[in-house]
Amino acid sequence: MHVHRYERIWMTFGIGMLLVFLTIVLVAAFADNMNPPSDMMQIDPTKVASTPPFDKPGLRSLGDGRYEAYYVAQIFAFTPKTLRVPLGSTVTFYVTSPDVVHGFNIAHTAVNMMVIPGWVNSATHTFRTPGTYLLVCNEYCGIEHQQMFGSIEVR
Amino acid sequence: MVREERQMRAENRLVLAHVYTATAAIVVGAVFGLLQAYSRASAIALPSSFDYYRVLTLHGILMALVFTTFFITGLALFVTYRQVPRERRSAVGWIGWSTMVAGTLMAAFEVLAGNATVLYTFYAPLKASPFFYIGATLLVLGTWVVAYEVFENVVFFKRTTGAPRLPLALFTIAATFVMWWVATLGVVAEMGLLLPWSLGWTSGINVMLTRMFFWYFGHPLVYFWIMGAYVIWYTVIPTRFGGKVFSDGLTRLTFVMLLLLSTPVGIHHEFMEPGISTAWKLLHTITTYGVAIPSFLTAFAIFATFEIAARKQGKRGLAAIVAGLPWSDPVFAGAAYGMLLFIAGGFGGLINASYEMDSVVHNTIWIVGHFHITVGGPVALTFLGASYWLIPKLTGRALWKPRLALLQVQTWFVGMVLMSFSMHFAGLLGAPRRTAEVAYAGSHVAASWQPYMIAAAGGGLLLTISIGIFALVAIGTLLANDKSEDMHVAFAEAEPGGEPSPPVFEHLFRWGAVALLLAVAAYSGPLGELLRHPGFLAPGMRTW
Repeated sequence: MHVHRYERIWMTFGIGMLLVFLTIVLVAAFADNMNPPSDMMQIDPTKVASTPPFDKPGLRSLGDGRYEAYYVAQIFAFTPKTLRVPLGSTVTFYVTSPDVVHGFNIAHTAVNMMVIPGWVNSATHTFRTPGTYLLVCNEYCGIEHQQMFGSIEVR
Repeated sequence: MVREERQMRAENRLVLAHVYTATAAIVVGAVFGLLQAYSRASAIALPSSFDYYRVLTLHGILMALVFTTFFITGLALFVTYRQVPRERRSAVGWIGWSTMVAGTLMAAFEVLAGNATVLYTFYAPLKASPFFYIGATLLVLGTWVVAYEVFENVVFFKRTTGAPRLPLALFTIAATFVMWWVATLGVVAEMGLLLPWSLGWTSGINVMLTRMFFWYFGHPLVYFWIMGAYVIWYTVIPTRFGGKVFSDGLTRLTFVMLLLLSTPVGIHHEFMEPGISTAWKLLHTITTYGVAIPSFLTAFAIFATFEIAARKQGKRGLAAIVAGLPWSDPVFAGAAYGMLLFIAGGFGGLINASYEMDSVVHNTIWIVGHFHITVGGPVALTFLGASYWLIPKLTGRALWKPRLALLQVQTWFVGMVLMSFSMHFAGLLGAPRRTAEVAYAGSHVAASWQPYMIAAAGGGLLLTISIGIFALVAIGTLLANDKSEDMHVAFAEAEPGGEPSPPVFEHLFRWGAVALLLAVAAYSGPLGELLRHPGFLAPGMRTW
């Protein structure tokens, strides 16, 4: 099939552009270890309140400025609602839901994940800027979904 | 009246039923959209009997599923009937339309009654009334009847004419419906889980499995819309300025590629989810980049069509070629403005598909901006513009007030730029999608979104005015009853005497089998992971 010379140039440009994009994605994934939250941990959604560590949600220090934060996303609130984190600390957020699907997004960070009943999801962020961060549920979960938010105080 | 003419009128009535059902859906859907935009800008408060999420569910279903699907099924029957003239009964076509309408009404009634405030993605374990799922299934099964009508005529054409190739427009429609059939298997499988559960026959649901089936269908759904628009760009738009299809072979190649690559990409909607490992997510980034290639081919072909036609008329230079295009023709202008929006929308789509980068935009209102600048851009503008060609061809009535029709596509373009760009910017600042109000108890972060929400509401107002004009012209054309339109239709083809396209493209059903294999291969990994970790079933819930 004959392909016009200009079209070959155009398609080379187009496919080349896609390859450049793909290279950036792969370098970020493998060299900088930037991957989307893809946790494989499972939990019985009907027993979240009695399953450690989700029976006592909140912040745990691992030392060295590293922390783990356990959250329960439940209609229509996050527990804990407010989290206090020292400036410069690296926090891994673990979230699960005992009811429907929720979202977990800290605005102005890349912490953004789906919270699925039956699963734990996780994402890590280093807080280098002080301030009050807004945490929102960004998946529709019911009639009061807009009330489902929290905050992270970084001092 | 001669027999052929009587039959053509019978066929036209069926196509008109599809087109006017689509029109009704977009008019009602636009009013709901305006209510949402004003509600989010905190300009109005919706009553609890008609809350934001109910309105949002209806808007999503009417625009994304009903308007688009009915327009494409109408277009498909129109192209099929005109390119395969034969004696036929309309019964099959009417069964398809009635099934689709019955399903739509059943689902819409349940949403209005407050029994299915589950948005158009109906994510489990939100549990709607069984009639909602039955209605949605009927809408899909009705499209299968239309697909059967297309395929039956394709087979008839091949058998009776012995022609080595389908006419180009029929080929593009047939490829679209083979793709649609492969894609809709996902949603039918999902309904196989949801329906017994909503009826109380099963006590729990595998949430991740339903989501995976949904997105197996959900992404090719958007390519179904795009392919419908491409059918018009390739085979109708050139006829508006005496142009020819740039290349018959490359057009067929584009549609075969879309058929193959539209489905094995759906995991890019699930990047932020647990239970799917990163390797499979990366694979779907790569396949999603692949499905951009037929759109690059299309960009070249369409602009080449413009240039070749202009050069034939003696025009030279970019400015003269662009200025020489029929910008005052609403059919052309609708599609052309849609193409401009698709340049932005296409690149936005590549961003969303880019694996880790999606965490910046996932489920923010950026995504809402993205699908408004795509399905509300190239798709809706092309379909609205094409209605100004289709309705006269179906009724024999000349278009009423073409200048009003032109104003309609222009206001839509401006409104969509204003609304979707505002949504993109607010999304980058973290504003969530699907949320009734976004004040968050006076949070200063949330306050930074407000100017964009107000701009988006302004865009929404322009879009609603535009749809009002559309309804006026669509109804005015019927009422004015100016029967001067020639009902004969010629679809654009390549310059005669050109190189014939490779015959291998013609085996559409075999390409469909390959498409199904590719989809199964791309999902074997993520689906296998889920089945190996069946985990816990979630009971259903009604949280609205």
